[in-house]
Amino acid sequence: MTLGVVMLVHTAFDRAEQVIRHWTSAGCPVVIHVDRIVQRRQFSAFQAALSDLPNVRFCERFRCEWGTWGIVAATQAGSEMMLAQFPDVRHVYLASGSCLPLRPVRELIRYLGARPLTDFIESATTADVPWTVGGLDEERFTLRFPFSWRRHRRLFDRYVNFQRRIKFRRKIPEGIIPHMGSQWWCLTRRTLSAILQDPRRAEFDRYFSKVWIPDESYFQSLVRLYGTDVQSRSLTLSKFDFQGKPHIFYDDHLQLLRRSDCFVARKIWPHADRLYETFLNEAVSAMKGSEPNPGKIDRVFAKAVDRRTRGRPGLYMQSRFPNENWENGVSTAPYSVFEGFSELFIDFEAWLAKATGARVHGHLFAPERVEFDGRQTTFTGALSDHAALRDYNARMFLTNLIWNTRGERQCFQFGPRDSQYVSWDIAKDINAQISVISGAWAVPLFQSNRNFADLRNEAAMLQKIEADHLNALRSPYAKARIRIWTMASFIENPMEVLQTIVDEATGKSLRRLAEAPRMVELTGFGQFLQNLKNQGMHPYLMGDFPIDAAPENAPPPARKPYLVR
Amino acid sequence: MGVWQSYRLRIQRKRWRIRALRKRRELRSVINRTDLIRPSDLLLFATLRNEEIRLPFFLKYYRDLGINHFLIVDNDSDDGSREFLAEQPDVSVWSTRASYKRARFGVDWLNWLQRKYAHGHWALTVDPDEFLVYPFCDTRGLRALTDWLDASSIKSFGAMLLDMYPKGRIDAQPYRRGQDPLEIACWFDSGNYSIYRNHAFGNLWIQGGPRARKFFADTPHAAPALNKIPLVKWDKSYAYVSSTHMLLPRGLNLVYDEWGGEKASGLLLHAKFIDTFAAKAAEELGRGQHYAASQEYRAYAEGLAENADLWCKWSEKYINWRQLEILGLMSKGNWA
Repeated sequence: MTLGVVMLVHTAFDRAEQVIRHWTSAGCPVVIHVDRIVQRRQFSAFQAALSDLPNVRFCERFRCEWGTWGIVAATQAGSEMMLAQFPDVRHVYLASGSCLPLRPVRELIRYLGARPLTDFIESATTADVPWTVGGLDEERFTLRFPFSWRRHRRLFDRYVNFQRRIKFRRKIPEGIIPHMGSQWWCLTRRTLSAILQDPRRAEFDRYFSKVWIPDESYFQSLVRLYGTDVQSRSLTLSKFDFQGKPHIFYDDHLQLLRRSDCFVARKIWPHADRLYETFLNEAVSAMKGSEPNPGKIDRVFAKAVDRRTRGRPGLYMQSRFPNENWENGVSTAPYSVFEGFSELFIDFEAWLAKATGARVHGHLFAPERVEFDGRQTTFTGALSDHAALRDYNARMFLTNLIWNTRGERQCFQFGPRDSQYVSWDIAKDINAQISVISGAWAVPLFQSNRNFADLRNEAAMLQKIEADHLNALRSPYAKARIRIWTMASFIENPMEVLQTIVDEATGKSLRRLAEAPRMVELTGFGQFLQNLKNQGMHPYLMGDFPIDAAPENAPPPARKPYLVR
Repeated sequence: MGVWQSYRLRIQRKRWRIRALRKRRELRSVINRTDLIRPSDLLLFATLRNEEIRLPFFLKYYRDLGINHFLIVDNDSDDGSREFLAEQPDVSVWSTRASYKRARFGVDWLNWLQRKYAHGHWALTVDPDEFLVYPFCDTRGLRALTDWLDASSIKSFGAMLLDMYPKGRIDAQPYRRGQDPLEIACWFDSGNYSIYRNHAFGNLWIQGGPRARKFFADTPHAAPALNKIPLVKWDKSYAYVSSTHMLLPRGLNLVYDEWGGEKASGLLLHAKFIDTFAAKAAEELGRGQHYAASQEYRAYAEGLAENADLWCKWSEKYINWRQLEILGLMSKGNWA
C-alpha cells in the first residue's frame, strides 16, 4: 500500500520535475496535470524530461483559472487516473508544482499507514470561519459567477450586487452542506472513489461548476457525505495573507520550516535553491515530532498580515500614511501636556522630572525655538530645535517625537504663547493627557516689567488663543484625557491636583508626593487683574480672583494653643 | 477625482511622453547591448556625470542584487565614466552633451529609454549614489521582491531617499575606488521627516533629514523631496513626472496605505556626502544644472563646508535593513 500524488503544475517546471523525482524515488506514483495555458512546446519538453520515470502519468489538461471550475476538473481527472492506474495507492495527496516535501516521504507514508481510514482535508462550514476575502462566503454557494474576477472585476461585482438586489438564490443540491477549506488535501482511496463514482456526481458537478472558487469547496463539502474519519486539517503547510493569496517561502525560512514538523509546504519560491537542496536531499529527518506543529510559522505570518492591515500605531512613514481618523491612534504612546504649570510654579520641569521619572520638556512649541529637555539643539531621531522647521509640519513633529521616544514617557509644556498648530491634534489624540490651568499665562505678564498698554494687548491676545484652544479641548471630538482648572480654583488645592496628575503619568503609584513645587508669589495678582479690567480687557479664564486683601489688614496667624497637662 | 482632472493628468502624461520622444534626439548611443535583454530581466536606469570613481561599487552592488542589464545615460563626463561603462558586458550606454536641466534633470532621457526598452520589465531607476535596501535584501535577491510584487499585483515599489553622512567633516575620509561608500557615510537621521500628501498626483511629499536640518532650517518648504518610487513594472505608457518622485498614471504613486496598514517599502541609501561632494559642489554650482537653482550646493559652498558636520548626537549608525524597519523608515508590509 502506498501513497499517490496528484500534482497540478503551471510554471517552474524544473522545480516541479525535481519534486516529482523526489516523490517517485520513494515509490510514490505521480499523476501530473499541466495547465492548458502552457504552450505545447514547453509541455512536451516537460513530458520528455520525465519520460524515464515509469510511474509518472500525465492526465487530460484543463485551463485552470483561479476561482473557476478548471482546477476541480483537473483534480478529478488526475485522481481518476491515479485510482485507475495505480491500484496499490491507498492515500492520494493533492499537491502543486510549488509544493515541497519537508520530511522524508517514508515518514509521510508511515504516518498515513498508521491512519489508513483517515481523510486529511480542511473542511469547515462557511458560517464559522473568517477566511473569506471580499465578503463572499455563503453567497459563493447561492449566487452565479459568470464573469472572471481577475479580468472583469467590475462586471463581477456588479453582477453580484444585482443578484443580491433581486434576492436571487441558487438551490443547493439536497444533502450537501457547503464546507470550505484549503485546496490541498490527502484523501483515502475509499473516500475519493466514493466521491468520483457517486451516481449523483453529474448533478454535483453541475452545481459546483458555477460556485465561486469551487476548488476550496467541492471536495471539502462532498467529503462530509462519505468520509468516516475526517481530520479537518491539511497536511500541506500553506499560509494565506489578507488578500487570500498564499505566502511564499524563501531560503531564510529554512529553520522555521525545519522546526515546523510539517510534511509538505507551499508555496516555495522557485529560486529558493537552499530550500530545495536541503529538503530534497535530507535522508534522515531533522524533525523530531510526529505531528505537524506549524505554530511558529503561523505567528510569523499572522504578524505580517497584522502589519499590513493595522500597521504600527502612531507611525507615519512612506508606506503608512493613514487618512484622518484611520490612524489607529494618532500617536504611539501616552504623553502628558501641561498648560499653565510652568508659569505658576518655579522650576516646575525639574520638579516634574523628579516626581515622575519621565522626560520633561519645556514649551516644545515655543515661538523662539523648541525647548527640548535640557535645551538640547537636537533630540531623539535628530529632531531639530529650529522653530520654522517644527512649524512646517507641527503635527508630524509631535508624532515623530512620540514615535522616536518609544518606551519613555514624554511630558511637555504648552500655552497660548506657543504656536497652536497642534491644538486640535492633541485634543483628538487618545494618548494625550492634558492638564490645563486656564489663565495662568497672565502670571508672567504680571511679573514682567513692561508698559501696561503692551501688557493689556498681549493679555487680550493670549486670552483669545487660550479660549480657542479650550474650545478644542471641550469639543465633542476631543478624545484626550483632559482636565481643566481655572487658576483660581487650582490654587485652592494644588497638591491634590498635582498628585492625580503625577499618578496618571507614572501609572498609579500609590506614593504620596514628598515635595511640592514652589508656587510663584501671587501677592498683588488680583489687583493686576483688576487693573486689566479697568482698562476694559476682562480676563475671565483664570476664574474669580479676589483683589488681594491688603496684607496689613490680614489678621496675624493664630498661635497654636499650648496644651498644659 | 473628477473626470476633468483625470483628463488633465492624461494630457500631462502624454506631454511628458512626447517630450521624451523629442529629447531622444539628444541621445547618442555609445554602445547598445540591449539585444541581450531577456523577457524577464531586471533593468536598471541611471543618468550620471563624472562618477567614474563610484561606478565599480555601484555596478557590483546592483549586480549582486540581481540586476541583469544597466541602461545608462552619460551626460558629458570627462573622467572616463563613459569608457569604463562601455567596457562592461551588461551595460548599454548613451551619451549626451545637452542640458541636464532642460531634460528635466534627466527624466526625459530616461523616460525615452524606459519606453523603448523597459516595457514589461521591472525597471529600477536610481542615481549612482543611491543604494536600494528593501526588506530581506540580505537574504533575498531583487528577483524575490519583484516576483512577490507580481504575485500581489503590485506595480510600483516606494523607497524613500535616506541621506547618509559621515561623522565629522564630509571630506575627512577619502573615498577609494570600489569601496562601499556606506563604510564612510554610515550615519542617518532616523525620525525627523515631514510628510504631506500631494493631492494632484496622489503621492506623498516627504522632506526632512540632515539636509533640511542643516541647510533648509529657515526655508523648510524648499528642502529636497525624499519620496521616491524607483522600482516599477514598466509599461510603455508610463512616465516619470519629476525625478523618480512621482509617476503618471497616478495610481502608481499610491505606494502607501491610507487605512492604517503598512505597505512594503524600501529605502534608497543616499551616499552623496562623501569627500567627492566638495569637488562636485564646486563644479555643479558653476553649471547651475541642478534642482532649485542648486540651492544645497550653494548652501554647502557658502562656508558651511568648513564646519559642515551633518552628524549630531542623535544620529543613528546604519547596521542593516532590520534596524531601518524597526525605526519605522521602511516596512515589510505583508511580506514575510
